[in-house]
Amino acid sequence: METLNLLFNEIYKILFLLIPVLVTVAMIVWLDRRVWALVQKRRGPNVVGPFGLLQSLADALKYIFKEIIIPASSNKVIFILAPIITMTLALVAWAVIPFSENLVLSDINVGILYLFAVSSLGVYGIIMGGWASNSKYPFLGAIRSAAQMVSYEVSIGVIIINVLLCVGSLNLTDIVLAQQNTWFVLPLFPMFVIFFISALAETNRPPFDLPEAEAELVAGYQTEYSGMMYAMFWLGEYANILLMCAMGSILFLGGWLSPFDIEILSFIPAPFWLIFKILFLFILFALVKAIVPRYRYDQLMKLGWKIFLPFSLIWVVLTAGYLLYFNLLPSQL
Amino acid sequence: MKISRLLKTIFMIDFATGLLIAIKEIFKSKKTINYPFEKGQVSPRARGEHALRRYPNGEERCIACKLCEAVCPAQAITIESSEREDGSRKTTRYDIDMLKCIYCGLCEESCPVDAIVQGPNFEFATETREELYYNKEKLLENGDRWENILAANIKADNPYR
Repeated sequence: METLNLLFNEIYKILFLLIPVLVTVAMIVWLDRRVWALVQKRRGPNVVGPFGLLQSLADALKYIFKEIIIPASSNKVIFILAPIITMTLALVAWAVIPFSENLVLSDINVGILYLFAVSSLGVYGIIMGGWASNSKYPFLGAIRSAAQMVSYEVSIGVIIINVLLCVGSLNLTDIVLAQQNTWFVLPLFPMFVIFFISALAETNRPPFDLPEAEAELVAGYQTEYSGMMYAMFWLGEYANILLMCAMGSILFLGGWLSPFDIEILSFIPAPFWLIFKILFLFILFALVKAIVPRYRYDQLMKLGWKIFLPFSLIWVVLTAGYLLYFNLLPSQL
Repeated sequence: MKISRLLKTIFMIDFATGLLIAIKEIFKSKKTINYPFEKGQVSPRARGEHALRRYPNGEERCIACKLCEAVCPAQAITIESSEREDGSRKTTRYDIDMLKCIYCGLCEESCPVDAIVQGPNFEFATETREELYYNKEKLLENGDRWENILAANIKADNPYR
């Protein structure tokens, strides 16, 4: 009985996190489309619900009633597993995101490592989907996507080292608390920019949406998917984008902390600050989608390996040297 | 020249400019309309849904000359005719297969009595194919419903014919 109670308690906590995240993902799809439309002077989805807010719900309903087609020559088990893995991994990572000092599902002391590991695993869903479809466009899309995500993960990893050097802890709550005086955007601004661009590449967003470049690859690894399975890929993708925004706001924008230590601003509860920051980053994501053309594949690889990686490595050396010279290294290190 | 280009790339000046332009564009007026609630203007010459017109006294205009049937490039029109009791030639059947029709407007141009016309209505989507096989009744009903607009359109377009 005791263990059962404990189990239910945990399940309630998980649902309390997951349901808002899923609803936010649906809202964010709407926001993405709306911002994109506004930049192009269109109106965007504005019919379903107030301001079209329920558009994603209507889309999801449509996907549920659509037929799921599994290609005859596909590897059925992996084909079905791929979208499930993509979505699960995108949601699992939310367990360590701290919404305030105490509001975190699992406060593990290697939080950032866990986040990094889970977001790296995301590439498996795409590769499996592309391979199991047994079709040329998904296969090419999956190969591109794998190469792209792996190369940009390297620079994200190095950027995270920069932040960790200043914090001295892998715990996400500690990372946020270390930014009480100054957010890391100010001293590590170039790293923030590189993190943002790498996050775009990591989540296959324009201008790095090569895996699903519709002009050449139909829809990349999603080509053979339909119905609810396609919707799950789609949800997983946006959950990943949201996760990257959350990661950016925790690493650089001071997580749940209010911008200035003023009484009026602390009136707004801590989780809302994190949500504001995530939304701010997401709107930037959406604006970038509207203004930039797609990169060529060799340009993408060149940017990742020849510019971002050396630059962030040099910055690690600079940060470490600076901290060591002025004796500012955090005590835990 | 080259160094300024390099600096531009490093500090992402072009990207920042683009972002600013994008933000400015957001607050400009929209170029699209709320379609089902707001509609754009339709030219009097628009070639939309077909209609068979009547004279003001209620007599059908169509004299079953079959010029439209002959000119129709998609062969969408089928006409059968016979002599009516009062001796005038009238159609007994006037079918248009709206799925075959390419909306070229040749039937309207060929008609000597302005009987078959294409109106401004372009929203006649249906859920089954069968509903788009128009017969004489349906076409006459269309004519009755749109007569005011059809007459006005023909009048407006007359100087250019």
